[in-house]
Amino acid sequence: MSMQAEPAGAPQPPEAEPPKQDQAAISAGARQERRLGWLLCAPAVIIMLAVTAYPIGYAVYLSLQRYDLRFPGQAKWVGLSNYGAVLTSSFWWQAFWVTLFITAVSVAIELVLGMGLALVMHRTIFTRGVVRTSVLIPYGIVTVVAAFSWQYAWTPDLGYLAALLPSGDAPLTEQWSALWLIILAEVWKTTPFMALLLLAGLALVPEETLKAAMVDGATSWQRFTKVMVPLMKPAILVALLFRTLDAFRIFDNIYILTAGAQDTGSVSILGYDNLFTALNLGIGSAISVLIFICVGIIAFTFVKLFGAAAPGAEVKR
Amino acid sequence: MAAVGKTHATRWAVVNIVVVLYALFPVWWIAALSFKDPSTLTDGDYIPRDWTWENYRGIFQTSEFTRALINSIGIALIATVIAVVLGTMAAYAVARLRFPGKQVLIGMSLLIAMFPPISLVSPLFNIERNIGIFDTWIGLIIPYMTFSLPLAIYTLSAFFREIPWDLEKAAKVDGATPAQAFRMVIVPLAAPGVFTTAILVFIFCWNDFLFAISLTSTEAARTVPAAIAFFTGSSQFQQPTGSIAAAAVVITIPIILFVLFFQRRIVAGLTSGAVKG
Repeated sequence: MSMQAEPAGAPQPPEAEPPKQDQAAISAGARQERRLGWLLCAPAVIIMLAVTAYPIGYAVYLSLQRYDLRFPGQAKWVGLSNYGAVLTSSFWWQAFWVTLFITAVSVAIELVLGMGLALVMHRTIFTRGVVRTSVLIPYGIVTVVAAFSWQYAWTPDLGYLAALLPSGDAPLTEQWSALWLIILAEVWKTTPFMALLLLAGLALVPEETLKAAMVDGATSWQRFTKVMVPLMKPAILVALLFRTLDAFRIFDNIYILTAGAQDTGSVSILGYDNLFTALNLGIGSAISVLIFICVGIIAFTFVKLFGAAAPGAEVKR
Repeated sequence: MAAVGKTHATRWAVVNIVVVLYALFPVWWIAALSFKDPSTLTDGDYIPRDWTWENYRGIFQTSEFTRALINSIGIALIATVIAVVLGTMAAYAVARLRFPGKQVLIGMSLLIAMFPPISLVSPLFNIERNIGIFDTWIGLIIPYMTFSLPLAIYTLSAFFREIPWDLEKAAKVDGATPAQAFRMVIVPLAAPGVFTTAILVFIFCWNDFLFAISLTSTEAARTVPAAIAFFTGSSQFQQPTGSIAAAAVVITIPIILFVLFFQRRIVAGLTSGAVKG
């Protein structure tokens, strides 16, 4: 559970420098160890590079062409004009703001709810197993399944939740209500994951420190904000980073709940539609590359803003 | 004092019940739908009035579902095995060996964990069509194992760091051969971590929707999440609601079993990898 258990890259302790006469043997051993390390990592590295780096390069290449799958023979080099077309299109910006809105709102709600849930799981003693089991179900359940459950719940004449609304209301067919329902589905599904990450952070807060703060007369709110949150900061940032990136890629929930109708589509939905409905590989690839850049910017911002606390920081060391 | 303890306990009980209801309600709702017959489907009741297996019988009679179920199981299992084997090798190196480039591996896994899958959909779609693996099992196994490798490497290296590797040396001192030491000491110590990672990776592959609808076009490789999005009713006048609900319940069963039997491990796996990452 500790953050310091990170042997990688850190300067190694001097145990590797015993008496001089052994040096040749040791460096042979070290060389062997090095070779074994590379051998063991090679398959994973090759696969990860071959399936991500090469295709993203290929996506950049495709995005610079006019490439309509209905007329594959007419593929033509068009430079950056696909990007121009996407970035001046209202569809992209609509999808972009919708995605940002869903990301910001759902991650904020998840952080609050997840923290509450983590505290519940941390403090509950007798029924911990039951709570933990039920909390893992939203995490594990197939997103599409959960999305269908929500969709049916909000469908007039079918669902229990729609029945609570004035008759004639179909919340999934209006932009704002649909957006909130998408956020609800997203929050339901991913809050447990957030809570588990925060729970791991909670376990790092020493009980004695909390007791000491209590003896010093700190209220429970003060203990939470002044003791727990600062100590949990690394865990909170990791959870936020992962969830933000994950929320930005939102696809499944929207696809099932509204299919992007009424301006509820995310950038991922837009990319998918351009590819499989409009069959435009050039534009679709340009959108793919733009999403990739957005994700890069988000990750970079997190690492820059929060420095050493973010997981990426360890890579630089 | 006793009264205080009692209200305290009651309050926790209420909180716990709220949490459990929160987590289970949508699952219960879709399960209830799957047991309703078409005439009571729209009554909005939480408990079906007339229980029926009709929806389940219906979906298991169509190859649309049974084929998708086989695809889902096969693809997820194969991708899991490959990812866990390769992940174990890399994680062992990360946890135990000293070699330059380790940080590069960790950084790369992190980058891929953050990678937006939609960015790969268009190039993979075209590449797979060109080399003829579009709409095949391999076509889905490749992206699944790639995207689960970071998860496998992180979780496994977190587990491997906790293993008391000196026991291996001790066993050798006691006269065990390297093979014996590996089989009788290291394997039992590493197995729980490997198993937990396998569950997490399987859930990840089982869950995917984007690749499943983008890289398949027929029943040949379409997995259940993608297949139910294309379900149509048994007749053209019938909504597929009941069938979708039943199929949804079927693919939720393995998840519920995992969670019931291995909840402690799943929590350990999820949290150890994340915090140490």
